[in-house]
Amino acid sequence: MKSLEELMTLKAKMQDQTKVDGTDCEYRILVGMATCGIAAGARPVLNAFVDGIADAGLSDRTVVMQTGCIGICQFEPVVEIYGKDNTRTTYVKMNAEKAKEVVERHIKGGEVVKEYTIGAGRADSGEIVTSLPDTDFFKRQKRVALRNCGIIDPESIDDYIAKDGYFALAKCLKELTPKEVTQTILESGLRGRGGGGFPTGKKWSFVADGPKKYVVCNADEGDPGAFMDRSVLEGDPHCILEAMAIAGYATGSDEGWIYVRAEYPIAVKRLNIAIRQAREYGLLGEHIFGTDFNFDIHIRLGAGAFVCGEETALMTSIEGNRGEPRPRPPFPAVKGLFGCPTVENNVETFANVPQIILNGAQWFASMGTEKSKGTKVFALGGKISNTGLVEIPMGTTLREIVEEIGGGCPNGKKFKAAQTGGPSGGCIPAALMDVEVDYDNLIAMGCMMGSGGLIIMDEDNCMVDMAKFFLEFTVDESCGKCTPCRVGTRRLLEMLDKITRGEGTLEDLDKIEAFCNYIKSNSLCGLGQTAPNPVLATLKFFRDEYVAHVVDKKCPAGVCKGLLKYVIDPDKCIGCGKCAKNCPANTIVKTDYVAPGHKLPSMKILTEGCVKCGACMSNCNFGAISKQ
Amino acid sequence: MKKKISTLPFRGTPEQEAELKAVIDANKQDKSSLMAVMQQAQDIYGYLPFEVQNMIAEGMDVPLEKVFGVATFYSQFALSQKGKHHVSVCLGTACYVKGSGKIMEKLEEVIGIEQGGITNDLRFSLDATRCVGACGLAPVMIVGEDVYGRMEPSMVESIIAKYRND
Repeated sequence: MKSLEELMTLKAKMQDQTKVDGTDCEYRILVGMATCGIAAGARPVLNAFVDGIADAGLSDRTVVMQTGCIGICQFEPVVEIYGKDNTRTTYVKMNAEKAKEVVERHIKGGEVVKEYTIGAGRADSGEIVTSLPDTDFFKRQKRVALRNCGIIDPESIDDYIAKDGYFALAKCLKELTPKEVTQTILESGLRGRGGGGFPTGKKWSFVADGPKKYVVCNADEGDPGAFMDRSVLEGDPHCILEAMAIAGYATGSDEGWIYVRAEYPIAVKRLNIAIRQAREYGLLGEHIFGTDFNFDIHIRLGAGAFVCGEETALMTSIEGNRGEPRPRPPFPAVKGLFGCPTVENNVETFANVPQIILNGAQWFASMGTEKSKGTKVFALGGKISNTGLVEIPMGTTLREIVEEIGGGCPNGKKFKAAQTGGPSGGCIPAALMDVEVDYDNLIAMGCMMGSGGLIIMDEDNCMVDMAKFFLEFTVDESCGKCTPCRVGTRRLLEMLDKITRGEGTLEDLDKIEAFCNYIKSNSLCGLGQTAPNPVLATLKFFRDEYVAHVVDKKCPAGVCKGLLKYVIDPDKCIGCGKCAKNCPANTIVKTDYVAPGHKLPSMKILTEGCVKCGACMSNCNFGAISKQ
Repeated sequence: MKKKISTLPFRGTPEQEAELKAVIDANKQDKSSLMAVMQQAQDIYGYLPFEVQNMIAEGMDVPLEKVFGVATFYSQFALSQKGKHHVSVCLGTACYVKGSGKIMEKLEEVIGIEQGGITNDLRFSLDATRCVGACGLAPVMIVGEDVYGRMEPSMVESIIAKYRND
């Protein structure tokens, strides 16, 4: 690729080919082939479409292709069909059989198979919604970072170019100076999407002078419950390469590294394909677009250590060492990878960069709140009806996210709290649902944006147990380099464990708070500094639950096993003995009491030997056993 | 978490060694590629015994202690081998009181190895696991990804037989 003209010719050619309103191509069938889709069985569906179209002799006017994740996890495998006149039909929960039928009725017969579409089964009245963009889940979304995910073939550079791919890089190299590029990013107000929310433009402008500099992409997405980076890498890998090259131009670097989790094999495969294609097209390598700018990218695989998501630990790991963090300063902008000035951003941050360059800083800054611009991708999970990836403008309230986009908690349960930022974050209680979600509001609440995992909890979740769960994770993943984190988190977990066993005291709560603050202020890196957040946030908003555990010795949500008791209601029990047969601990016995109207004496659980597995309750056909 | 170190004799083949040498030769210019070499070594051998770590240390010209340090830091690296069919028995409370200890004993007898071991033909390895959350089915044993519930010692033989030939 020597010139902008060449790129434009290619784009025009590609757009002609993929246009569906011409006579050549009537339908474009896209099968979602990200990790989630493949796990749900997308491959046989794709094959069924390819075979079905070929058998029907429709290959000349139908294109079948794979694409990334469209974000509606609970509906996988998802197939979208783009037809003439810009119609778009979203088929969900597909299998090979259904695919054959869709070929027969939709592609051949021109009829939308409504019963397989996204709106089927949930139409309260009238028309079934057949297209994803018309659903409540999608309507409020604004896709910037995910704009190509689920739309293009991630293994085709031409597809990306047809969607303005690499035009932002061309614009930078041909029209802007490196300073102007940095200035544009600064003015857009883009902040780091991986956790801290540091202004990206500032980060770029801090990169010190030196003969060798690096651009690093942090794709070590380790937060349990967050998968937006995987989705971008699997659905739109070229946009990351383009953004890294732009960052290289802006900071004067000629080499980039992507550190990606080994647990994301499809992302790794597609990144490798993308890098190869970009090199072939001369969009990576030497003299890009005929200028003096050179840039190339390498991939390094992680090996399963959460702490490597921390920027200094990540660089230590790329260098081939144990992934332990380094003290800052010196900051990576001065002394980073291999001791050279380095700019490091995460995947989602990079994914925004080309769009900012193409559409201008003002366009980006027009979205979001005063200090948090643009959009943010959230991974909705937990007790919520619509699980999946949503990209919404900053400043959307939690109520809108949970009730309108997420469809509320399933089974009519009451929303209790939303956990943000994974093991580093806190929780937002129901009372604060109308707060606008952005960096600063979350920090003011003692939470943090983190990478954007949003776990919804309902009345059945115990907040103490939740805090314990995240702390167990941090204890496992603490690298062990500094004492406050290595020993402190472990002692903290022991204290929480004591509370969930019903052995805690009120003084323990104060002790826990003091301990949390000590760990926060004395740990070396972000992992330790944020590890107590889930505990502090739950203590702040749900102190009454902690008090119930230590004073009343009760777990209000009925989760903490140590405080649970299974009880048989003697008047409901008919004495069938099924519970006793299923009890693994043989701890259910007959009593002498025969309830009025019953023939057999009722059963009773001996608390001594009970292991609280719940087998009795799930086996009782008469609803006589309850948790207390 | 402490990693279990293999006690089995190392049985690498010359082909495996040649493959590893090629990987090392392709990477030894760049010491920072140590992890990538170790990942490929694990693909070749299935785990990273001391013998393999030693070859990497010498080939890459880095201290063995560094290779060991990296191997123990990242959860992806395994220092002990797993069989083709990894058998585990739940020793969580519910399973234990329902007699999973007897299931373990029977497995040790049928497969002929002790808990934590692996058969000579590398077909079976045996381990205990923490609660798998299937307490209603206690006692539970797992072979690969297949879960067997409500186990009796008398059922062990026929279940293991299914995995002897594939």
